Amino acid sequence: MAVIIQGIGTVTALNSTNSLDTNKTLFANSRRSLSDRKGRFFMVRSDGCLSYGLNGHGGRAEKLITNAVAAKEDTAAAYTSSKPGHELLLFEALREGLEEEMDRDPTVCVMGEDVGHYGGSYKVTKGLAPKYGDLRVLDTPIAENSFTGMGIGAAMTGLRPVVEGMNMGFLLLAFNQISNNCGMLHYTSGGQFKIPIVIRGPGGVGRQLGAEHSQRLESYFQSIPGIQMVACSTPYNAKGLMKAAIRSDNPVILFEHVLLYNLKERIPDEEYVLNLEEAEMVRPGEHVTILTYSRMRYHVMQAAKTLVNKGYDPEVIDIRSLKPFDLYTIRNSVKKTHRVLIVEECMRTGGIGASLTAAITENFHDYLDAPIVCLSSQDVPTPYAGTLENWTVVQPPQIVTAVEQLCQ
Amino acid sequence: MATSASTFSSATRILQPLNNNNNTLYGNQLGMSSCFLGSTKKLYMKTPFLSPNSKRRSKDVLVVSEVVKDKSCNADSSLSNLCHITWPLDNVLITKDEGLELYEDMVLGRAFEDMCAQMYYRGKMYGFVHLYNGQEAVSTGFIKLLKKEDFLVGVYRDHVHALSKGVPARQVMSELFGKSTGCCRGQGGSMHIFSKEHNVLGGFAFIGESIPVATGAAFSIKYRKEVLKEADCDHVTMAFFGDGTSNNGQFFECLNMAALWKLPIIFVVENNLWAIGMSHLRATSDPEIWKKGPAFGMPGVHVDGMDVLKVREVAKEAVARARRGDGPTLVECETYRFRGHSLADPDELRDPAEKNHYAARDPISALKKYMFENNLANEAELKAIDKKIDELVEDAVEFADESPHPVRSQLLENVFADPKGFGIGPDGRYRCEDPKFTEGTADV
Repeated sequence: MAVIIQGIGTVTALNSTNSLDTNKTLFANSRRSLSDRKGRFFMVRSDGCLSYGLNGHGGRAEKLITNAVAAKEDTAAAYTSSKPGHELLLFEALREGLEEEMDRDPTVCVMGEDVGHYGGSYKVTKGLAPKYGDLRVLDTPIAENSFTGMGIGAAMTGLRPVVEGMNMGFLLLAFNQISNNCGMLHYTSGGQFKIPIVIRGPGGVGRQLGAEHSQRLESYFQSIPGIQMVACSTPYNAKGLMKAAIRSDNPVILFEHVLLYNLKERIPDEEYVLNLEEAEMVRPGEHVTILTYSRMRYHVMQAAKTLVNKGYDPEVIDIRSLKPFDLYTIRNSVKKTHRVLIVEECMRTGGIGASLTAAITENFHDYLDAPIVCLSSQDVPTPYAGTLENWTVVQPPQIVTAVEQLCQ
Repeated sequence: MATSASTFSSATRILQPLNNNNNTLYGNQLGMSSCFLGSTKKLYMKTPFLSPNSKRRSKDVLVVSEVVKDKSCNADSSLSNLCHITWPLDNVLITKDEGLELYEDMVLGRAFEDMCAQMYYRGKMYGFVHLYNGQEAVSTGFIKLLKKEDFLVGVYRDHVHALSKGVPARQVMSELFGKSTGCCRGQGGSMHIFSKEHNVLGGFAFIGESIPVATGAAFSIKYRKEVLKEADCDHVTMAFFGDGTSNNGQFFECLNMAALWKLPIIFVVENNLWAIGMSHLRATSDPEIWKKGPAFGMPGVHVDGMDVLKVREVAKEAVARARRGDGPTLVECETYRFRGHSLADPDELRDPAEKNHYAARDPISALKKYMFENNLANEAELKAIDKKIDELVEDAVEFADESPHPVRSQLLENVFADPKGFGIGPDGRYRCEDPKFTEGTADV
C-alpha cells in the first residue's frame, strides 16, 4: 500500500515539474520550433518520425506482418486525417489497449496481484474484473514465481495471459520461470509449444521508493533468449505496444515506468497497433543521436530544449524495443549524425546502454566520428534520500554537458 | 465428510476418523509415525504397508478427506479430517486386458530405461540421464488412466512418463540421441521431453518449476469450461515430481492456488526417499508429504507406489474427482529408484540393505505374480509381451541411430515462435529474412 501511495505521489510530482517539457516532446512537426508551442497536447511525434524515413522500413514490416501489426503510416494517416482523438493518461491507455484485446479475443486474460477487485496497484486493470469476471481477471496470491509459471502453463495450453508484476522488481522472484520457461521452452520443445504471454508492470526509479522498488530489470532479462522486451513512454505507444505484445506469439515483457502513468496525451479514436520491433523518432536532428527509452526520454527532451537554445540540433530516438534493437533506425541516425549519446536509467554495468554500445560499435563503427558516450544510472542500490536518488540517475544537465563534449 | 469424503469412499471403508491436530493419536492408531520411512540408516519399513507379501495388499491406503466448505459449517468442523481407509483390493477388478496393458507399459518403461543406460555407456547419449527403474508402477498406474487430451507435466526423470502417455519410443530415444527425429528435434534432450500431440508439457529440469506450469494448464481447462463455455471440457492435468520438490516453495504455492480455485489437477509425489544424496528424512520436518494436502484443503492420499493396482485405484478416484470439477488431490506414492539419481551418480550413499529391500518389491514382479495368482495371464502371454517390448526398444534404438543429426539450418528456427523477435537489421529488413537465418549461420 505504501508503494502505491508513493507511486501516485511521484507521478504527480513528475507532472508538476516536467509536464511542460513532456508536452513539447510530443509535438508533431516539432523539428525546430519547440519553444513557441507550449502547453498543448498533440498526437505524438509520429509525423516527424514518418517523414524522416521510416517509410520504406514500415512498408517492409507491413508485408511481413500479415495479421498482427498495422503499419505505422496507416495509423498515423488515419488519425491525422480524421477525428481529434481522445485524451487520456498513460495508465488509461494501457487499460484501453488491454480492454480492446480482451474484447477481441476471449483467450486474453489477466493474472497478478490485486489486478482484479483492487483494479491494479496503478489502476491499469481498473474496471476489468467487473466486466470480464474473476477468472479472466484473476487475483492471485502473492506468489510471483508460481503465478508467472501458471501464466506460462496457460499460454502453452491455448490462452494469452497478461501477467502483471505489481512492481517489476517483484518479478525477480519469477526469474526462473521467465528465463527457463518463457524464454527457452519454445526452443527445448522443438517448437511444439508457443508461449504467447505478456509480462508487464511498473519499474524504474520512482520518487524515493527505496532500492528494491526502484529496479530496472531490463538489464537482467536482456540476455534471456527467446523473449522480447519493449518499454513504453507515452500514452500513445503504451496502448499500441500493449496491443502488439498481446497479439505476439512470442513472450513479451512490457516495461512501464512508475513516474509515467499519469502522463496525458491525445490518442486516436481508431484502433491502432504498434510494431514491437521498431524504435520511435522523437525529435529529428542533425548533430548528435541521442538514444533513450522510458522515463529518460523526458530528461533527454528537457536537455534538448537547452541544447536547441545553445544552437545544437540533437536527434532523439526512443528505442522502445529493448530487445531486439531496431538497428535500421539507429543506423540511419548514426549515419547522419556520426555521434551517439545513450541515456538510460539502467545500471551502467551490463545494462541496455552497454548492449547498445556494443551493437553500434559492431555494426556502425565506420559511421562514428567520436566514441559512443553512455550515461547510465550509478551502480549503487537506489538510495532513499531524494538528493542521493537524484544523483543516482542521469539528470538533464549531464545530458547537455555530454552533448557539448561530444559535438566539440 | 460430505462430498469429497465420498470421493474416496466408493471403494473404501472408513475405519477411524482421526483428529487432524493429534499426531500422537494418529501415529499410534496407524502404527506409522515411529517407523514411517524408517530411519536414515534403514529407510524402509517393515510394516504391513511396505510388505511385499501380497496377502497384505488389502491394507493401508491412507486417505485424507476434506469436509466440503459449506457456508453452514461452523469453523470447528470446516477443516479436514484424517481418515484411515482400508482399500479392499481383494475386490479390485482389473480385466485381463487392463492387466496386460499395465504390464506392457511397465515393461516398456523398464526396458527402455535399461536400454538408455546401455546407450549412455556406449556413448550414444550424453548429459544428465535420469532413469526411472523401480518407479514404473506410478507412471503406469496414473498415466494409463488419462485421455490424450489430458495434460501431463513431469520433471527431469521423464522418459517413462512420456512413454506411458503414448509418445512413441522411437521419438523419445531419438531425442536422447540428439537426433532431428526426436520428439523435440534434438533440442530438448533427456530432461526436456515434450509432445504437443500427446499433451506432454515437459520435461522440466529444475526442481519445482514444473508445478506452476501444470497449475496453469489446469487453469486453462477451467477457463475453457467456464469462460469459453466448452461444456464438454473435462480434461485434467497431472503433475509428477519427487520428494525433494515437495520442500520447494512452488509446491506449496500451487497447492494453495489449485485448491483455492478447485483446479482439475492431480499432484503426484513420487517419493523415492532420496533427493540425489539427501535423504528425505534429513530434508523434511514432517516426512509424510500427503499430509500437506489437507493443510491446503484438498485430499491427501498415501499409497504404496510399488503396487500398480493400488496406485491405479487411488489415481482413478483422483482423476474422477478432478474431472467432476471437485478440485485437486495430492497423492504421495512411496517408491524407490533402482538406480542412482542419474547415470553420473555412483550411488554409493544408499544402504545396500535398503536397496535390496525395495528390489524385492519390484513392481513388475509384483504385478506378474498377482496376474498369475488371479489367473489373469499365463507365463507365455507375459513372455510374448516382454519379447514385443524388447523388439520395440531395439527398433527405437535402430531408428534413433539411423536418424540424421540436426542440420545447421535448424539452429535458429525455434528461438521465437514468431521469428520477427530477432528484430530489424541495419538494412531495414527483418533479420529473419536474411538467408543466413534460414541457414542457421547468422550471428544472433
